[in-house]
Amino acid sequence: MLDDSLYARRVSPLDGAAKPASLPGGVTVRQLKPEARFSLRVKAGAPADAAGFALDQKINSIVVRGGRWSARLGPDEWLIGGPEADAQLIAEEVEATLRDRPHSLVSVSHRNVSLEISGANAAIALNAGCPLDLSDAAFPAGSATRTLLGKCEIVLIRAGAEPSYRVEVWRSFSTYAHGFLVEAAFGLQNAA
Amino acid sequence: MAQHFRLPSGGRIDRSKPVSFTFNGSKIEGYQGDTLASALLANGVHFVGRSFKYHRPRGIMSHGSDEPSALLSVSRGPGRTDPNNRASVVELREGLVTKSQNHWPSLNFDVGAVNDLFSPVFVAGFYYKTFMWPRSFWDKVYEPFIRAAAGLGVAPDVPDADRYANRHAHCDVLVVGMGPTGLAAALAASETGKRVIVADEQAEPGGSLLHASEETIDGKPAAEWVKETLAVLDARENVILLPRTTVFGYYNHNHVAMTERVTDHVVDPKGAPRERLWQVRAGHVVIAAGSLERPLVFADNDRPGVLLAESVRVFVNRYGVLPGRKIVFATSGASAYQAAVDAKRAGAHVTISDLRLEADCGPELAKARAAGVEVLTAHTVIGTVGAKRVKGLIVAPVTGAGAIGPRRTLDCDCVGISGGWTPTVHLFSQSRGKLAYDEALDAFLPGTSAQAETTVGASHGDYDLARCLTAGYAAGAKAAGSAATARFEATPTLKGFQPVRVMPTDANPAKVRAFIDFQNDVTAKDIKLAVREGFQSIEHVKRYTTTGMATDQGKMSNMNALGIVAGQLDRPLPSVGTTTFRPPYTPTTFGALVGPARDALFDPIRTTPIHDWAVEHGAKFEPVSLWRRAWYFPKAGEDMHAAVARECKAVRDGVGVFDASTLGKIEVVGPDAAEFMNRMYVNPWLKLEPGKCRYGLMLKEDGYIMDDGVVARVAQDRFHVTTTTGGAARVLNHMEDYLQTEWPDLNVFLTSITEEWAVIAVQGPKARETIAPLVSDIDLSPEAFPHMAMREGRICGAPTRLFRVSFTGELGFEINVPADYGRAVWEAIYESGRKFGITPYGTETMHVLRAEKGYIIVGQETDGTVTPDDVGLAGMIAKAKADFVGKRSLARQDLVASGRKQLVGLFADDPSLVLEEGAQVVADPNQPIPMKMLGHVTSSYDSPNVGRSIALAVVADGRALMGTSLFVTTPGGFTRVSVVDPVFFDAKGERINA
Repeated sequence: MLDDSLYARRVSPLDGAAKPASLPGGVTVRQLKPEARFSLRVKAGAPADAAGFALDQKINSIVVRGGRWSARLGPDEWLIGGPEADAQLIAEEVEATLRDRPHSLVSVSHRNVSLEISGANAAIALNAGCPLDLSDAAFPAGSATRTLLGKCEIVLIRAGAEPSYRVEVWRSFSTYAHGFLVEAAFGLQNAA
Repeated sequence: MAQHFRLPSGGRIDRSKPVSFTFNGSKIEGYQGDTLASALLANGVHFVGRSFKYHRPRGIMSHGSDEPSALLSVSRGPGRTDPNNRASVVELREGLVTKSQNHWPSLNFDVGAVNDLFSPVFVAGFYYKTFMWPRSFWDKVYEPFIRAAAGLGVAPDVPDADRYANRHAHCDVLVVGMGPTGLAAALAASETGKRVIVADEQAEPGGSLLHASEETIDGKPAAEWVKETLAVLDARENVILLPRTTVFGYYNHNHVAMTERVTDHVVDPKGAPRERLWQVRAGHVVIAAGSLERPLVFADNDRPGVLLAESVRVFVNRYGVLPGRKIVFATSGASAYQAAVDAKRAGAHVTISDLRLEADCGPELAKARAAGVEVLTAHTVIGTVGAKRVKGLIVAPVTGAGAIGPRRTLDCDCVGISGGWTPTVHLFSQSRGKLAYDEALDAFLPGTSAQAETTVGASHGDYDLARCLTAGYAAGAKAAGSAATARFEATPTLKGFQPVRVMPTDANPAKVRAFIDFQNDVTAKDIKLAVREGFQSIEHVKRYTTTGMATDQGKMSNMNALGIVAGQLDRPLPSVGTTTFRPPYTPTTFGALVGPARDALFDPIRTTPIHDWAVEHGAKFEPVSLWRRAWYFPKAGEDMHAAVARECKAVRDGVGVFDASTLGKIEVVGPDAAEFMNRMYVNPWLKLEPGKCRYGLMLKEDGYIMDDGVVARVAQDRFHVTTTTGGAARVLNHMEDYLQTEWPDLNVFLTSITEEWAVIAVQGPKARETIAPLVSDIDLSPEAFPHMAMREGRICGAPTRLFRVSFTGELGFEINVPADYGRAVWEAIYESGRKFGITPYGTETMHVLRAEKGYIIVGQETDGTVTPDDVGLAGMIAKAKADFVGKRSLARQDLVASGRKQLVGLFADDPSLVLEEGAQVVADPNQPIPMKMLGHVTSSYDSPNVGRSIALAVVADGRALMGTSLFVTTPGGFTRVSVVDPVFFDAKGERINA
């Protein structure tokens, strides 16, 4: 039996990062708590749903059902997520559902870090490094896409109508992405 | 000085807000709303700089971004100083410190002005003609001289203290310019509800309407119309109004770049950015950028006090400044008459000298005379009087036949010149639109658009106010998909001019210094000389004479230069062509282009989950692609050599721990995973059992080694592939390319898991004992868990993919744990290994240890031209496989020919000599030069475990040379080496299976 003191605890790459108390421009940037996430790949003919994860939504959109969400990033690619504690359960349930189809389910829970940027000017702050049109018409509630933030690749998710965006970024790019969003908030300011 | 030239009333400055600044150390006062130029002129300061080549005194010529001469160094504080600011566009702000440039010891007395006396020497092409010989003078004399003379102003030498922001934006209609045309276009476009962005380079929107004295629009004074229109636009949610924003670049797909000057005009930016770079993707672009006035070309037309006529009007009406008490307007067109009338009304003594015959003038003539202005028609300008300030204008009557009458000097302290107008077609030209010459307007006008773009108003040669408004409105509506039109009533504009290239003169044209390009000191005779010397294309004339090549890109000079070239060649102007306009429209700061990408945000710096531990334990780091990897861990007093020697011994004698997290990792999943692996790698994979690892070697199509790494088969349909650190992205792309384009039928999927797993390599005889207390659910015994096996279980309670592999030749494990657990597991291993003297080691020790074993590193032993056989790995190739990427190339004639470079070990005769990596290998150092190179050293280290220096090299037919002597270059000459087996340590490989 492993001694209790030897059990590893999780350390996020942003645990030590400097976080300004408040940002200008009415924008908040924070790290979201750990979640289970998987990269799911299923070839054409995927079912409408796999263990509560929608697979039939339009490309570049996200469906949230209960605690589980699935963002369709391409014809055969989904980023799916759920509560951290359910990681094992999710894997088993999805594998069971898709048993008879060619697919791939790979955990990326630790590969990805989730940031959230919210506030009335959140989209404008993102536009400091994201060239996409993030207006309500072009990037409405329920949107999700792979894109760029400055010099790093991200998955950008807007689940609801409120101006709140989830930024999924690879772990070693998270300090850069976090710093970039903070700087972007400062860049929103104008002459007083 | 107390603003003696400020008018008692009028202008758009805020007289309740005095602002002071310094110019060359003197304190000067102006008002909020002034530019540096208007404040200097209000205080009677015209002479503000020395010209680039001849160091001639120069003054303020313009009120706008075309200013060629009044270039000042402007400081807003420490780290906020930059040279070559146009005085006409810098907004006045309390405390600015400004200085003139290009003189020594002072503006008034400048030694460099001697250049002016030698001007006959400094003709066009002076550089090419002078600095040719003697050849030996180039390095010591000419180049240093040219370098010292080159450039204008002093570059800042401290880091920029300001913040710069970046913003991508999208809109349906982008309107460039907030003059009458642009505002009307914005009104119409935004009426539709479409998203509209309107940008203007000036601090205040309104363009020419801001200095309109008499003009009315729909019965309202022009300024009132501007105010009301801006209020309407501002109230519309779909409109973004951007004053102080220069549209400087027009790229493909209506991608338009613009710089917003956010805080230069305020004393305390309070953390807000200095500038913001806007990158706009517009559905349609409406260019309403106005037009630029042409100067007249006559002798000494560059004296301080000589301004563009319209600029005189702007200073009078917009800034309440009279640039002179006695002003002569020299013109060949109508618009200067309005300036003259306004100057007269403001109290100046005004005379007009017009080149045109009385009969060729329009209603402007009667208007000026009615206002009490003396007008001399059919008069040319011969030259000016005065040096540091114009004191008089020499004019003479000119008859229709071209004869020039008696000269007459008009006393004055200011001259307003106007040679007509040139539409601002820069952005249109940048958009790749084709220009068309319009003879009636003597101008190049936008012809065929190349993108979704409309150029309208004065930019399209339309100079009448009402027509600009009407056309602007229609263009804005159309850009937004509407057919709406509107009629505007406005005061008729005085327009029309007679094109003139060089003013007729009775002086010897070869002696006359009539400036075309004021910023680069190019005169009319320079251009004529270039044509005489055989240059016919304007592009060549431009480069030979440098006309139009200064930072103003010839905004004032282009049409005059073109006209002179055409005249000299006796060809129609369009056949001479026009130069291509390129971004930026006006000088753009580096800060704006760099934006937030500086310091920590310059580039992402990738660090591993164990990075902070390494920092805390004193590691030195090395960059490997974007990663920072621990290089070595020096103890107090140790240099790199000592630290690496200690780390190398520790791994072989006890146990070492190494952060291998940066290794690229790809999870290959699907029913066809093994088949896919079989095609991508040279090795066989179909029979590899789950739980087993194999060293995989990947080739490019050309048969050369691309990457390598250990691969574990996790399950029948699942492989955990590792790649080199730097090759991770490349390998994934390579695999995806084949999967998507060659074998879409394969049911297999690739996922990057580089960052999912932290990887801790525990290596050395004590490796097993170190990790044993932490591992659960895995039998670590050698029988149950042999070399090149992989087991899934737990370590410190965290899930692990535990590889028994070694890149050191020792008993070793590579422990994969989910990244967030990496640091905790590392610390637990470190604690557990303390009793064995566990030693953290870095990439340098890793390199030495693998070299001791003769293991290659892709990119070090290989360089993109190395085959598996070259490095002794031909045995990896599965002979039975029908195909794999690179297989056919391996049979190419040159890849199977003898004489290829092969991997060998080298021992220098001197065991303490560490050869240089990259050093060349030859057989005989006494052979004649050029020598025959046999190969080169690829890796070289001092090896404490071997007890001497070791080196790997690729040498032609190297394996056949085993035991012979060769020679290797060193900084001190050749040194003798023996060719040896590339495995230097534990050649039988027993330790790895412990």
